[in-house]
Amino acid sequence: MSLYAAETRRLVKRRFTRYFTLGAVVVLAAIAVAMFVTNHQIGPAQIAGAKAQAHADYQRNLDQAADFKKRCEAAKGTADAQQYPSNCDEIGTPTEDDFDAQWYLPATFDFQKKFPDLVTTLAALLSVVGFVIGASFVGAEWSSGGMANLLLWRPQRLRVLGTKLLAFLVGLAGLTVLLSAAWTGIFTLVAKYRGTSASMTTGAWKSLALTEARGLALVVVAGAVGFGLASLGRHTAMALGVAIGLVVVFQFGLGTALALAKVKFAEAYLLPLWIVAWMKQKYDVQDYNACNFSGTEGCRPDTFTITWHMAGAALAVAFVVIVGAALWTVRRRDIT
Amino acid sequence: MTAVLEISGLRKTYRGRKGVRRALDGFDMVVEPGQVHGFLGPNGSGKTTTLRTLLGLIRPNGGRMAILGRDVPEQLPEVAGRVGAIVESPQFFGNFTAKDTLTLLADAGGIDHNRVFQVLELVGLRERAKDRVKTYSLGMKQRLAVASALLKEPALLVLDEPANGLDPGGIREMRTLMRTLSEAGMTVLLSSHILGEIQLICDSVTIISAGKRVAHGSVADVLARHESSSVKVRLEPGVDMRPAVGLLRAKGAQITVETDHFVVGNAGNPAQITRLLAEQKIFVYELAPLAADLESVFLELTGTAPVEGRNRQVDQTAMAPAGGGWGE
Repeated sequence: MSLYAAETRRLVKRRFTRYFTLGAVVVLAAIAVAMFVTNHQIGPAQIAGAKAQAHADYQRNLDQAADFKKRCEAAKGTADAQQYPSNCDEIGTPTEDDFDAQWYLPATFDFQKKFPDLVTTLAALLSVVGFVIGASFVGAEWSSGGMANLLLWRPQRLRVLGTKLLAFLVGLAGLTVLLSAAWTGIFTLVAKYRGTSASMTTGAWKSLALTEARGLALVVVAGAVGFGLASLGRHTAMALGVAIGLVVVFQFGLGTALALAKVKFAEAYLLPLWIVAWMKQKYDVQDYNACNFSGTEGCRPDTFTITWHMAGAALAVAFVVIVGAALWTVRRRDIT
Repeated sequence: MTAVLEISGLRKTYRGRKGVRRALDGFDMVVEPGQVHGFLGPNGSGKTTTLRTLLGLIRPNGGRMAILGRDVPEQLPEVAGRVGAIVESPQFFGNFTAKDTLTLLADAGGIDHNRVFQVLELVGLRERAKDRVKTYSLGMKQRLAVASALLKEPALLVLDEPANGLDPGGIREMRTLMRTLSEAGMTVLLSSHILGEIQLICDSVTIISAGKRVAHGSVADVLARHESSSVKVRLEPGVDMRPAVGLLRAKGAQITVETDHFVVGNAGNPAQITRLLAEQKIFVYELAPLAADLESVFLELTGTAPVEGRNRQVDQTAMAPAGGGWGE
């Protein structure tokens, strides 16, 4: 059996891999169940019920307005008059249009509108899983001496680390594809029984597939970065430490500092927005301190758009730099 | 016959904030085929650095190494399949069984799974093969490490402290195993601190101190070269030893005080002892040359013998002079 197959087997046999993946699946299942329970199918009965409820509410508000106006008229010239408008005719009367029947409909799962956000949720969760499992897969080997032991068998450092990374990324990609397919299938069913997927055209499915493909790329990069950082530090904690440091320094520290310094487009330095841009194709960062006057729309803020191309380039750079550094150091550094 | 292992002029330097430290300073070693070769040295002397360098885990700064006639690290991948090694007790994943652990290594090395059961039998872990490693004692983990090194049926077996954590029975079994493997034609390089064990099972030894070879050859030769340097001195019963010890130390003797006698470790000329003591009216009751054992040779050569009233620090050695001794 090849080194690749042995590494795949080692990855799958690890309890950390199994439990962490199981935890992610449980979280995803909980989300799916919650979506199923909180959404409902909309049919003629629900529409009729909503219309009736809207009409009843309109009627009740109409009566209340009429009653209020009546009491306003009656209070004129008395001490109670100050509780009412001086001109009782100013008291408005609701119209039926004010009570849209749509508001009285129960939540329903519109596949085309809601599923893209759920694809982002899946990608984000699997990215965390990939990062942590990737870090642990190589970090535990380094810190336990397992990597040195393996290198005694195969004294080819680049090949050993590269094969380990490849086995992990292929496994992670396989898991992501599998879960993405299941995720899509489950929410197709949710849409069927608790909503609608009627608006899903061929183009919409194609766009969804591209979103899922971008999600897959995000998961793979997150896994590779976790693996690379743990390999650089030769410990799982190195990757987790960098992740925590990144959140604390960049998301809170840098975010606050840039906002205080009134840096233009400070939001553009926040990592999650780049991930959102990657998944949703773009994200507009706006500077409300600027005014671009338009005759029709008034003052409009300056806008900096993070496109998915920019976000993709950033992900590619992170992948190449961190994995490249991990491979370079494993070749150069002593294993003590 | 070509040596299984040859090291000459090996150098390894570590640079740190405290400056440059020479872990290996022109170290040499030769291991002949079919031998059990002991590799001795105090903590921090460079034993593990040597083994790691030899096995391609550390890059040397200079020198030459060859395993089975091939230069390493350049040609290490070509001979790695014939070298089994454990270095500093590898820690295996606790949740894997011994069988899983070895099977994964066998897969990585393209070795038949039947060999896994053979080595588990060989190291006495057959009955516990399906237990998780985290349930193993230190000695059992050590057996598993040896089993992993034996998986490849190596021509050269490199073991770093294989007796660590083993009970007396386990140490004896390990000794027998080494001997059996050697008789079957395997060459064993054994690094150990248990000098009695080395003396019992090794054909030859190399002693390293401060990154340099300080002794090498067959065990008998090494002992013979250091046989006459120590003498046991016993004074008349009831006589206080302290003045005698003080007097001899003042003259440069290296003395180890025991309960009812003392040992002069560098007695080149024992007659000097009797003369010096007699001048002070201290009379010797017994003066006997000590048969050297490997431990005393090791302590003398590496300068790591305990000195009364002083705490030796790791890395601290007093390199013994090449020849001669006090009193000559």
